[in-house]
Amino acid sequence: MTALFKIALRAIMRNKLRSSLTILGIVIGVGAVIVMVSIGQGAKVFVEKQLESLGINVLIIIPISTTHAAARGTTGTITLTAEDAYAIARECGAVGYVSPGMRTTTQVVYGNMNWTTGVSGVGPDYQIIRNWPLKSGRFITQRDVNTMAKVCVLGQTVVTNLFGMLDPVDRWVRVNNIPFRVIGVLSAKGQSPTGQDQDDTVLMPYTTIQRKIMGVTYINYILASTITTEARFEAIDQITALLRQRHRLRPNEENDFTVISQVEFASTVMETSQTMTILLGSIALVSLFVGGIGIMNIMLVSTTERTREIGIRMAVGAKEKDILFQFLIESTVLSSIGGLIGIIFGILVSKLVSYYGGWPSLLSSPSIVVAFLFSNMVGIFFGYYPARKASRLNPIEALRYE
Amino acid sequence: MQDIVLLKDVYKVYTMGDIKVTALDGVSLAIKKGEFMAIMGASGSGKSTLMNILGCLDSPTQGKYYLEGIEVSRFSKNELAEIRNKKLGFVFQNFNLLSRTTVVENIELPLIYGKKISKNDTDEIYRIIRILGLEGFEKHYPNQLSGGQQQRVAIARAIANNPTLLLADEPTGNLDSATSTDVMNVLCDLNRTMGITIVLVTHETDIARYAGRVVVLKDGRVLSDTPSHSPGTPAVHASCETVP
Ligand SMILES: Nc1ncnc2c1ncn2[C@@H]1O[C@H](COP(=O)(O)OP(=O)(O)OP(=O)(O)O)[C@@H](O)[C@H]1O
Ligand SMILES: [Mg+2]
Repeated sequence: MTALFKIALRAIMRNKLRSSLTILGIVIGVGAVIVMVSIGQGAKVFVEKQLESLGINVLIIIPISTTHAAARGTTGTITLTAEDAYAIARECGAVGYVSPGMRTTTQVVYGNMNWTTGVSGVGPDYQIIRNWPLKSGRFITQRDVNTMAKVCVLGQTVVTNLFGMLDPVDRWVRVNNIPFRVIGVLSAKGQSPTGQDQDDTVLMPYTTIQRKIMGVTYINYILASTITTEARFEAIDQITALLRQRHRLRPNEENDFTVISQVEFASTVMETSQTMTILLGSIALVSLFVGGIGIMNIMLVSTTERTREIGIRMAVGAKEKDILFQFLIESTVLSSIGGLIGIIFGILVSKLVSYYGGWPSLLSSPSIVVAFLFSNMVGIFFGYYPARKASRLNPIEALRYE
Repeated sequence: MQDIVLLKDVYKVYTMGDIKVTALDGVSLAIKKGEFMAIMGASGSGKSTLMNILGCLDSPTQGKYYLEGIEVSRFSKNELAEIRNKKLGFVFQNFNLLSRTTVVENIELPLIYGKKISKNDTDEIYRIIRILGLEGFEKHYPNQLSGGQQQRVAIARAIANNPTLLLADEPTGNLDSATSTDVMNVLCDLNRTMGITIVLVTHETDIARYAGRVVVLKDGRVLSDTPSHSPGTPAVHASCETVP
């Protein structure tokens, strides 16, 4: 076997240009697989991270019926109250934390700087539900909610635009011409899966928005976390039942609210990125396949060219399997060298892509191992036919071959 | 003396579509150990076909071939390869050396397919290289050698595995007369000093005179089988066979 290895290596070295071109085909194939898979994986992880930032166990309850949204018009938007939110927290066992939510867009002013942004009114549990750590300061407390305190917590984008490098905690900003004390700064969360900048936000007690800014008594939405991801269906049922009862809806009446689960949205996004990985991967596999055909082609040419050599080897006692292995080893060595270089090449390219393209890439060692094994298999698979053909030659005819 | 080769009524028929060519038409032949035999005959008389069968490169269509008492005529491809490796050596008209492969590597070739190459074998290879006067050419490639030298390398390869039978199909066919004499002397030497049994195909009576026995084929049959001490043979060309 070691002798056959030597023979195969010598044959590869003898025809350097041809061997390199054959190897190049595999390099491109394996490289493409590595790049595509790592980009696909990177995208998946990226999306996963974004979904996590949204809160995977989060339910959103909005005061509108999905079926009759248009018909109901604006009346639908005033059916939810903070009491509904507290009732859910109290009575629904599958629900963990609850926060009433208000939303408006307005201008925030600091000194001579101003910035138009979304202002959210939330409860103290909002931070837990969104799993959103603070960068500095403190979050809104129940006391702030009860007293309709004029305090706010700023997202990173707002801080950057109003304060630059300054620490905004304990400084005063004006919202709707009312001075608010900044009590905390949220850590950066990045884009949402739908591409919105989640850091472009100002949070304040929902009661403050209700009374001081908008002058209303209803709330825009309720944010609730379920105790586990699996408990979400139970939670939806419990919330639906509770709200129907609280809103005194008759059995034949439609819900005047909708419960949205993030999980369903998340799984759709995940599926999409999964599909993308598979698609990219299969395109790359095609190029690996083409590389394999290149090996087969070269090995066929090479066995025909070396017919006489095969005849000589057979005359001195090489068995069918000796010839078979000689050529199989040759094609496998070619494809393995191609595989190794392709892996290095693939790693470099995916690093470059993620560096310059701003596209995340993730190199997993299993995918590298699989790519290498696959390149070996390509060598064996595409080298087998030419090798078998060579081993089946008739020695007399092979010796006579010109 | 034991028969190294025993052919009993051997036929070889090539079928090409509807046409049947009988290349060997009932050949019976016995070759003793240490013999130096020449096969002659017109073109197409079946000399190469006979050599291929003797060399276990091909099997007879009919008839029996015993090599050292073992019937090899029904051997499988694999078994024939084994026999070629252990018991036979070939020398061809066109040398058939591996190009871009050094002299030593060419000579070692049969050993690769036999067993592992041991220190003993390496010594043996260098002994053979000395016998054939190839010292200094070990690392040369075939295309750097003259025809005579190439044929010497081929002979060295043929005897590297210490075969019982050496087969040479027109070994001097591509050589000028001086080099032919040289190569024939080498073969004679191997026959005389090492007792290697040799079967040689040639068209030239001059070459056939080196052999102790000449078999003439015609249309796939043995036409004559005679010792080669024909009158008028120059002394220097006298048969060199060891067996009387
Ligand atoms: N593979 C083959 N297929 C068909 N016919 C063949 C084959 N090999 C040899 N023959 C035929 O068998 C006959 C004997 O051929 P062979 O090669 O043995 O002759 P030869 O005596 O060696 O001739 P030469 O002196 O020209 O080398 C010829 O008629 C040849 O055409
Ligand atoms: Mg012939």
